[in-house]
Formats: sequence, C-alpha cells, structure tokens
Amino acid sequence: MSKAMARRSDAQKIPLSFTLNGRLQELEVEPHELLLDLVRGRLGLTGAKLSCDVQVCGACTLLVDGRPVSACTTLAFEVRGRSVLTIEGLAEDGKLHPLQEAFIAHGGFQCGFCTPGMILAAKALLDENPNPSEEELKHFMHGNLCRCTGYKKIIESIMAAAKKMRSA
Amino acid sequence: MLKRFRLEEPESVKEACELLGRFGENAKVYAGGTELLLAMKEGLAHYERLVNIKKLGLNQIKRDNGTIRIGALCTHRQLETSPELQRVLSALVKLERNVANVRVRQAGTLGGNLCFAEPHADPGTLLIALGAKFLADTGTSKREIAAEDFFVDAYETRLAADELLTEIQVPAPAAHCGVAYLKFGYLERPSVGVAVALTARDAKKSVGDIKIAVGCAGPAPKRMAEAEALLRGKSIDEATRGLPKAGEVAGRAAQAISDLHGSQEYKEHIVGVLLKRAFQSALSQC
Repeated sequence: MSKAMARRSDAQKIPLSFTLNGRLQELEVEPHELLLDLVRGRLGLTGAKLSCDVQVCGACTLLVDGRPVSACTTLAFEVRGRSVLTIEGLAEDGKLHPLQEAFIAHGGFQCGFCTPGMILAAKALLDENPNPSEEELKHFMHGNLCRCTGYKKIIESIMAAAKKMRSA
Repeated sequence: MLKRFRLEEPESVKEACELLGRFGENAKVYAGGTELLLAMKEGLAHYERLVNIKKLGLNQIKRDNGTIRIGALCTHRQLETSPELQRVLSALVKLERNVANVRVRQAGTLGGNLCFAEPHADPGTLLIALGAKFLADTGTSKREIAAEDFFVDAYETRLAADELLTEIQVPAPAAHCGVAYLKFGYLERPSVGVAVALTARDAKKSVGDIKIAVGCAGPAPKRMAEAEALLRGKSIDEATRGLPKAGEVAGRAAQAISDLHGSQEYKEHIVGVLLKRAFQSALSQC
C-alpha cells in the first residue's frame, strides 16, 4: 500500500448530518475539511466564492442557523445538526427573495462575485432588524467587500428590500 | 488548504487538559478557530491534533456580587448583545461591537482571542485597564492570572501547556467610574488601542484611581504605570494639563513596532491622541 493510501485509510471520519437549503444531508467529513470546500466541491453549490480566504471579504458568506459565517474558515463538522442556507436556497418555488429582486432592480451588483455573500449577510441583518438605519446597515455590512459598484447601490438595494419586506 | 489533523472532543476541562498535557506541542486548543485556522491555512502552524473545547460549556455571563464572570467560550456576538454587560460594562460591549466583522464575531470567542494573543486585538487592552483576572484551570487545580500579567509577547501568554483559560473575571466598575476604549486603524486590524478606566473624587474635581493600557502598537497589550502616575490623584485641571506628557510617556512605553499598520513614531503619536480622548471620555462618564 502506498504511503498516501495508508494515510487515507487512517483518516478520521466524522458523521455529519445537517440541513442544507431545507434538505437533510448525511455524509462523512474529515476534521480538516472546510465548509466552503464541502458546499462547493462535494455538494456542487458554487454560489459562495473563495476570495480573500482570511474572513475579511465576505464572498464566502453562508448562513448557519440564520447567522452569517465565513465558510472559508469554518470547519465542515461544525454544522452538525444545524441549518445551512446558501444563495441557491434563497428563492422559494422559483420566486426570487425580495433582496434578490431589489439587487436586480437597483443595480446592486456588477460582476456579481460578492453578491451571494452580500445578499445572505443582508438577509441576516433584516431578519434580526427589519428596519435598520443606514448607519446600522453599514456597520453590519462592513465586512462584505465589493470591488465594482461601490456601495451606494448595494445600500439602496437592501433598504428597498427592507421596505418591501416590512410592508409584505 | 488545511493539512489533515485529528480532532479530539473532550467533555470536561480535566479531559481536555489531559489531552493537552499528553500531546504537548503536537496539539492545540480549538474554539472559534477564527485566528488558529488562518495560521494553519497559511502553513504558519500545524498541529497533529486539535482539541475542540466547545463541548465544555464555558459560555455563560454571570454577575457574582461585584464580579462579572464571563465564560471563556462566549463569542464576541454574545458579548455585544448581552443586556447584562450593557448595564454594567458598556465599554466592553462597545468594543465587542467593533471587533473585526459580523462573521468573525459570530464564531470567535473571547477566550480564544486572549489566548491566541495576536497583537492587533482589542479585548486584552481593555481588560487590563478594568483590572480583570483570568482563571486558568487544569481540571484539578485553578489559578488566577491578572490580565496585566497574562500577555508575555506576541502570540505568547502565561498559560501552561496543560492549562485552559476558563473564565474572565471583571470587577464591576464602581460608581463614579468611567471606562473608555478607543482604537485607530485602517480596515479591521487596529494600529493602536488605548483603554482608560478612572474614578473621579472630590465632587468630580480630581482624578481618583486610574488605569491605562495600550495595545496593538507593540507585541502585547501593556499597562502604563508611569503614565497613570502622572494623572492619579491630580486635580482635573492638573491632569488635563498633564495629558500630553502622559501620552508621550505611554507612547514610549507601548514598545511600538514599525509595520504595515504604521511607523513606530506614528503609533507613538496616536497613543498620545487616543489617551487624551479616552481620558476625556472616561471622565465625562463619572
């Protein structure tokens, strides 16, 4: 047996059962597997992006039990028994979430690389604070970076979605 | 990419400390992972085993007479949203609200922040000025380490290999006490952080006790005893006139390092500016 194969057979496996976009997933992970690699590589959901890899940019943001985390620096086993939402799970029955609609209507993205993280972070904000001031919005979102549009249209998009969601 | 490691998940402090003692430098405590995993991904550190201590609880915030006891596994998010802390330690809540970003605050723990001892961190500096004590536990014995003695150097603390930091104990600030932490920096890593805790006396005409700490500028947060002595017991007018001198003294004592976050000279200057502002902010709360 080659050395690499021997190592592989020794590998520690952790049973992982969690909800991904509303569907139960049951699989095994190794301790060092990252949530972002699991979601993108093994489960094929590529909305979350690898960018800075140091929890600064927010492109890999996923919601775990409704709260934003950096999937690039979260060990996959940590979502045991928890609920993970990716951008792919946000639309319901083919209908876009108000945040997604607002980003389109207000031009809240250009290249789109940061957008899945932006929208999920904004969802976490509006779920806990449906009527944020612009200052509160900026404070919450300052860890999500965009390198195309600047932030004006992103802020407009989130504010418009917040208004729509409050009136719904 | 992370290299492969084994995961240990002890169910008690004793078990965790036994694992840490047995595996020594081949094992590392893993809590929120916000700093450790970055170092491991960069290849700056590798451990054969990570000891996940999140099954140990240690995540309560309690008021115990005059002491606020914060479990080491409280996340920054828990601290920034705690109504109890908001009542008695609003300066810590404000600090926590501005740690890194919302995702780091969600995962990162106060204990992890202190034990990793990354120089550009906020909480240690304020906890020194507050006169906090850290509880180090081996599962069979406990000892208290004063916050001001805890930090040895960058990434180095007084914790022994088989000790866990389990609790942060903060004396509730007395009446007529003001506390302020101010920081300056670009993006998320502060260049300089200054904390001041003081009491006013004689109908707010003079400074009673005062504690000052400076962090981020040098390798580890430090208490500024010499600067404190220039202000302690002085009338407010005298103390206010003495602030530039105290700022200069604290700037020198901060052991500022020239790096990406600013030159030594620049950081020393910022220490003085922040010390003055933090003093005035703390005084205004008395």
